[in-house]
Parts: sequence; structure tokens; C-alpha cells
Amino acid sequence: MKGLKKTGLIFFPAFDWAISPTHPEREERLLYTQDQVFEEGLLDFENIVEYKPGLAEIEDLNRIHICVPDAKSVITESHLISAGGAITAAEKVLSGEVDNAFALVRPPGHHAMRVVHGARGFCNINIEAVMIEHFRRKYGHKRVAIIDTDCHHGDGTQDIYWHDPDTLYISIHQDGRTLYPGSGFPDEFGGPNALGTTINVPLPPETSDEGFLHVLEELILPVIAEFKPDLVINSAGQDNHYTDPITNMRFSAQGYARLNELLNPHIAVLEGGYSIEGALPYVNVGIILAMAGLDYSHVREPDYNPGSIRQSGEITKYIRETTKDVLGLWKKRDSFKAGIVKGAKYARRNRNIYYDTDGIREQQEETVRICDDCGGFIAIDSMASTGNRIFAVIIPSRSCDLCRLEGERTFGSVNKAKLGAHYLFFQDRDRDIYLVK
Amino acid sequence: MILGIDVGGTHTDAVLLDHFQVKKKTKVPTNQLHLVLSLIGVMDEILRGEDLAAIERVVFSTTICTNAIVQGKTDRVGMIVASGPGLAPEALRVNEDTRFVAGYMSNRGIEVAPVKKGEIAAAASELKGAGIGHLGVVGKFSTRNPAHENEIGEVVRSDFRHVSLGHRMSGNLNFRRRIATTYLNASIFDLHSRFVGEIVDFTARTGIEAPIYILKADGGTIEIRQSADQPVQTILSGPAASIMGILSLADCSGSDAIAMDMGGTTTDIALLADGVPLLEPLGVTIEGHRTLIRGLKTKSIGLGGDSRVRVDKGELCIGPRREGPAAALGGPWPTPTDAMIVLGLTEIGDRTKAEEAVAEIAGKMNTSVPEAARLIFERTCQGVASAVKTMIEEINNKPVYTIHEFLQGKKLAPARLFIVGGPAAAVAPRLGEMLGCQVVIPQDAEVANAFGAALARTTAEVTLLAETERGSLTIAEEGLQMKIPAHFTRKEILQIGMEKLRERARKLGARDADIEIEIVEDQEFNMVRGFYATGKNIRLKAQVKPGLIAGFGKGGALS
Repeated sequence: MKGLKKTGLIFFPAFDWAISPTHPEREERLLYTQDQVFEEGLLDFENIVEYKPGLAEIEDLNRIHICVPDAKSVITESHLISAGGAITAAEKVLSGEVDNAFALVRPPGHHAMRVVHGARGFCNINIEAVMIEHFRRKYGHKRVAIIDTDCHHGDGTQDIYWHDPDTLYISIHQDGRTLYPGSGFPDEFGGPNALGTTINVPLPPETSDEGFLHVLEELILPVIAEFKPDLVINSAGQDNHYTDPITNMRFSAQGYARLNELLNPHIAVLEGGYSIEGALPYVNVGIILAMAGLDYSHVREPDYNPGSIRQSGEITKYIRETTKDVLGLWKKRDSFKAGIVKGAKYARRNRNIYYDTDGIREQQEETVRICDDCGGFIAIDSMASTGNRIFAVIIPSRSCDLCRLEGERTFGSVNKAKLGAHYLFFQDRDRDIYLVK
Repeated sequence: MILGIDVGGTHTDAVLLDHFQVKKKTKVPTNQLHLVLSLIGVMDEILRGEDLAAIERVVFSTTICTNAIVQGKTDRVGMIVASGPGLAPEALRVNEDTRFVAGYMSNRGIEVAPVKKGEIAAAASELKGAGIGHLGVVGKFSTRNPAHENEIGEVVRSDFRHVSLGHRMSGNLNFRRRIATTYLNASIFDLHSRFVGEIVDFTARTGIEAPIYILKADGGTIEIRQSADQPVQTILSGPAASIMGILSLADCSGSDAIAMDMGGTTTDIALLADGVPLLEPLGVTIEGHRTLIRGLKTKSIGLGGDSRVRVDKGELCIGPRREGPAAALGGPWPTPTDAMIVLGLTEIGDRTKAEEAVAEIAGKMNTSVPEAARLIFERTCQGVASAVKTMIEEINNKPVYTIHEFLQGKKLAPARLFIVGGPAAAVAPRLGEMLGCQVVIPQDAEVANAFGAALARTTAEVTLLAETERGSLTIAEEGLQMKIPAHFTRKEILQIGMEKLRERARKLGARDADIEIEIVEDQEFNMVRGFYATGKNIRLKAQVKPGLIAGFGKGGALS
């Protein structure tokens, strides 16, 4: 068979972990997927290799997150294993052992932002970001493109890479006006130092395979080609499926497999997807076959009926226009900075962040230094309804000397008592330093 | 008394045990063309003058089915496969006579698409028309619901001599392996049936009334008549006999261990976790067919006492081929055995010839004869030790699926090495050093295989899947679907599982005293509709694991 690829599979269904017994993120989420993968005998193919997940370290979390009050108190073992599974996937690809890898792990992570007071959207830590910073630390700096195909906007990943010009984050998702978390519009386009490296394509409810593949072919692939990443990562949410109980899209297993074949990611990491019987078994078999370069044309859901899930002509037209608009924005990305910055030295955003899973509210003020040489140092003042207030200084990857100097000076000069902060954090990616005062 | 017989490639060994002590042992050359004659011959000889009424059991380990498969001397088989969506049919084809038909069960065993009787009848008549007498019938997820296989079986049964149904082969999931296993089963059905018939006739004529068993690949036994429907269970029982032999000759409990049989051509390695041999997770592989046949996990490497030693571009190469016996015993090439003779580790054969052979290697390597011998010996031990280490590493890296297993993750750490075979005594000390193990060379190793077969207990497993919402319980191996009340809990399912396993083990030939039940999988999940739990999905697997029959004091019984 031509085009065979060696694919690593990290399968960790965490059959003994749930948010609550009837929560969508519960023990049996990957049970029928396991049945289907086993029955299809996928692990018997010479070019599909299963690996045991590693265990992420607390340092891996602290390289990317500011966990309040500390990493240990916002996570469980399961999060270290699922992030560890993603790290293992990356490790197998970067060491050259396999061509690509799929971390079929849970719990997911793409709603976890830089600052973590608790769980949001079933996520505590951002497993892709933990993975990316782990391999950047180990293998040197890499340009990375994250293509988030989960039905929900990956607001956590967007937040973490908002100011990073070396990480392209593209999300396609159900329109935020109709679905959690309510964000992800085309005007969310990256911070002032990283304009265009965040791209959002909201899709109307009832978009089917045709719509997704249109965005992929007309926007995502050309943008990736221009960005020239060293690695392409797919945040492979599976909740765009037509049977998903908490979304309204019409994607099929065939569509997912085709998407994967076209996108050809180095690493895919499972995100959401809660149609545990009707979708996940078939979508995952489709993705694994596509990654391995095997024939997936016979994979379909028991109730698959392409006629009944076709998108309307109106949706097709809408998606074509959105795609064109977003591509236009990307092409003009370098022309916006002056107008946005208006000569200021710093840019500031104030946000209210809601942790739906844990019922926590956070008020956050984020300040970034306007910089043409790096992502800019960041200062964060965050207060949560848990009563915790923190102040954090983050020196970005490949920081310029000035940003580092100013960042260090800021951290050195802040007064905990005066700020009313309980904890002060200092995070320096390049030097792998993480300090708490 | 117990009679154990092992039909090996070269010799057929028999051992007669009285109160677990060797009363008699005998060895005859194997008649490769008529294995049954070897069996009958060796029985005749060892039972001469014995009180046949005192025989409690007879166990055979035979290579009849294995040889037929390896040599391609099997029957032509028609396959009817209800493939359903998933892998492309071409990836499922096991031979040219495979026909794909409609019919599809979901992963929960719910019918998605029915079978079509007309289509099946047409395929069957075409296969029959081609002169095919044996049929295999396999459906996707048939272990979750065997209805389609049974329906197809009903349609075609009268047209064929025998029909093998996929769900009877194993309770495990894996469609491709189920197809391969069913195919192999059908292809050796006649051969095995004839063998069973001949043995049953012979023992009846001789006046042996004791139960007769055949050894399986998992080191367990099955009553001979019960094996008639499932001949494929008896393939690859050779390595199992040797491991069970080690288990019966030495006390292997108390710590993890390595069991090794070093022969002339190959070295077979198995691993014991606290005295219990490890099994292949999915099934054994034979002639490129990955099967669902439970088998002991063994690794065979092409490195033995008679492996040919040569120097290639200045590099010392040992094996993987054997091209005759050691030079000291008249063979054409230097071998590790010759090196061992030179080093004084063994005293067999002609020492001068061994030295001459090793001198040839020493010349090519520009070194002295003792140094060349030392290098050959060292390299041989290293080859074996590194294969063992790789095997242990693979097992310890086996993926697990729950956080509990992940955190508890028991690592296999062998503390002892049990070794049998020709060069065992010579290599044992050095191998023990390399592997950090205490070395044990069991006594009476020459009858290990027959001894192991004689004492192996009957193994069995059952795989249960219950859905309380639907009120359904499936026992895959039995092809059984039963109704259960919605209020049933895991505990009640467990009770049913243990009872069904006991029944199954008895049916396959187990004595009550040997039915030691182990639960190997025990999971319970909520089934949720909307945001309410509507029932439980309970999965259970129970087994009688491989081991020795009750009453036998493990190891040392021969001392």
C-alpha cells in the first residue's frame, strides 16, 4: 500500500476517572472506542504502534501555566497522565520513531488558560500547551501550528498563545453566539505583537463535512503553507459529529478522516467529543486509519445517512464568505499593528473569566509590552471568587533583552501587600525558571 | 498413575507417574509421517505390564495440527464473512475463497443490518460447487452477539462437512484475528477429527478408561472429545509443554522468573510472574496468521548450542542457522558448543575437533584459540541475555488503561532463571550473572515436556458483558445470550460468571479440585441517556489459569 505511515497511538481511556457519574466527561467516554479499535484489530497493523503514556511533571505544568495556589491543588493524577500521553506522542514523533502520533487521552485541555484557578469546560490544564513547551525545552524552539477542530472554541489555547508570534493557533468551531464558551470570532486575531497568529473561523450550526473541508482547503492549508511550521498539531475534538449531544453540527466519521488526511498533522490530541456510542468509535477508527495511510473509505456510523446531514445552500454560501473574509484578514495581518497600538508602550486587556466546571469567577488584567523583537513580557493581575489574588510576570520564549530586563525589574519591584496579592509568580520560558513568592 | 506424552520434532517422550514420581520413562524416534503411530507405539511400550485400571489420566502434547499448518497441508476452506463497515474488505480477506456478505452488529451487539439468506445460500452453493467441504463463518462483533453467525450457520450447515463459527474460538474482540482463527480451525478440522478418532479407538481397544487430554498453547489441557470442534486450540503446544515441564520440575513460585529451553537450533524464552507463565495478550501467531488462540508468551531466538559460528568482515557472527551438530560431534562448522568444550565447560565430543574448529575462527580474528572460544561463548550468552531483557522491557511497557493500573503498575523483575536443554549447565552461571538471576537447572530435564503435559490442568475462560438497561447478558465463549433483571449488580453478574466458568471448565474436562478461578477483568460503567444514568454496563472476564493439577507438590517432587 502506498503512503503508509508509521503511526504512534497513545491510548489512555482513564476508565476510572470522571468529573461526576453522569457528566459527559466520565469513565466510559472511550469505552466503545476501545471496543471498536480492538475489534478492527488496528493494533495488529505493523505501522500502528501503541505506547504507554508517560507522566507529566509539575515542572511541565509550571512552564506554561500559573496555577493558583499551586499546580498540585488544581489537578489530579489523571491530568498528569493525559498531558504525559500528549508528551509521549510528541516524543515519539520528534525522536523519529514514528511519522505521526495520536494521543487518544482524557481528560482534555483546550479550555484551560494560562492562569488556572480551577476547571473550565471540563479542562484543568492545557495538555497541548504543556506538550509544546515540553518539546520546545527538549528539542529547541520550534514553530508550531495548532489546528483546533473541536466544536467549542479553544479559548484556553488561544489565551496561552495570544502573544506568541511563533505559534499559529487556528480554531474552527460552532459559532460562539450559539455555544460555549461564546468566543472565537474573526476579530480575535492575536495580541499586538502576534497579529494573525490567532485565527478564528466560527461556523454556523448544522455545518456538515463540506463546510469543514472548505475551510480547511481554502484557508487553513494555505495559511499553514505560508506560516511554515516545524510541526502541525491537531486539537482533535470530535464533538462536531452529527450525533453529539451537546453541540449542533453535522460532521461525520468520513469527514473527520478526510480532514485528517488533508491536514496531515504530526500530532493529534483528543479534545472533546461526547457522543460516546454514536460517534467516537467510528471517528477514532477513521482518524487512526487516515493517520496511518490506510484505507478508511469503509468506515461509517451505524446510522450514517449523508442525505439527512447535508448542509443547506445558505450555510455553504455563508461559510464561503467567512472563509474569504478571514483569509483577507490574514493577508493584511502586518498592516494592523500601528493602528491598534497607537504609539503606546503597553497594551492591556481586562477580562472576566468564568470557570463553568468549578463555578469560579476570575477578574484578570493582562498587560503586555509592545515589542517588535519578541512576544513581549506579560504582567497579569488576577483575582478569583475563591478569594485568591495573584500577580504574575511572564518572560516569553525567545525573549528580547529589553523585555527580560523589564520583566525582571517588574517582578523585583512589586509589593505583595500593596497589591493585595496572595502569591507572586515569575515564569521565564527560555531559562526554565518558575518562582513563587 | 498419570501418563504424559510429548510428540516432539525428533523424539516422542513418554513418562508414567505414580504418585507424582517417575515410574517409567521412554523415548522413541518420532515417525513424522504417522505421528499417531509414534504415539501408539510409545504408549504400547510404556504401559506394557502396567495395571491399566490404575491410570487416572493420559495427556498428549502433539504437533499434528501445527505441522499441517506450517507445511501447508491443510484443507481448502470457504469463508463467509459479515464484515460490516470499518476496515476495507480487502484487509480482511484470509484466502481466495472468502465471500463478504451483509449483516452487521454494533459494538454493543445490537443488530444494525440483518443478514440476507439468499446471498448466503448463493455464496455457499458457489463454494460447495468448487469442491470445498469446510466452512468458516465470522461476523464483526459476533462475540457481543452471535445471532448472525448462528443464522448463517443454519443456512449452510447441511451443505458442508463442518462449519466453524467465529464466536466459538475466543471471547476476545479482534475481527481479523477471529477470521484467521476460524479459518485455521476449519482447515485442520478433518485432520484433527481423524486423530481424535484413532486415539479414542486405540485407548478403548487397549482398555484405558481414564480421561484423555490434549495440551493447548496456553499450557492448559482439554478433554480429547471436547477438542474435536476446536482443533485450533491445540496448535503451538510444544513451547507450552516445555514451560509446564519447568513448572513441574522446579518450584517456581515466590518470585518472578525466566524459563528457558536452550536447544541446538533455538533458545525458547518464557517469563513467569510469581510462578504463573505469562500469556500472549491477544493470541499466538502461526505462519503469519495472527490468531485469538490463547498461548504462553514465548520468544524463540535463532541462537543455540549448534548455531553456526563464522567471521564476516572481521565481525563474529553466531546463528541464526544450524547447519549440523557441533564440530566436536562431527559437524561441519564451529559452534558455541565447540567453544564451551574448549573452555572446559562441558566434556562432550572430540575435544581436538572442537579446538580445530575454534582455531579457524581465532585465525580470522587474529587471536588465540582460548580467547576466540571465550568471545564466542560470551557473545552467545549476551545474545540470549539481551533477548530476555528486551522481552521483559516490552512487557513492562505494555499500555494500561486505568489510572489505578498506571500508578500501581507492577513491573516484572525476574529473580531466578530456570534453564533446561543441552547447553544449560555450561551457560547457566554466566547467563545468571548477566541477568542478575539465581540459576536453577531442574533435574530430569530430559522428560520435562512429557512431565509438564502430564500435570497440566484444564484451562478455560468466560467473557461476560451485561447491560442492565436492556436486561441482557452475553457469555461470548458459550454463544449464550440471556435475560437478566434490570436491578442486577456487578456482584450478581460475578456470581453467574463464576458458575458459568465452573460449568465450562468441567465440560472441557476439569476436575473440581483444579478449578481455581481468577477474575482477570472486572469493570462497571454507567450508561447515561441525557443526563441520567439508566443502567450499568458490566464487563467481566474470568479464567482458570494455566497451572499444575491439584495434589502435586510443586517442584521437588522428583527429588
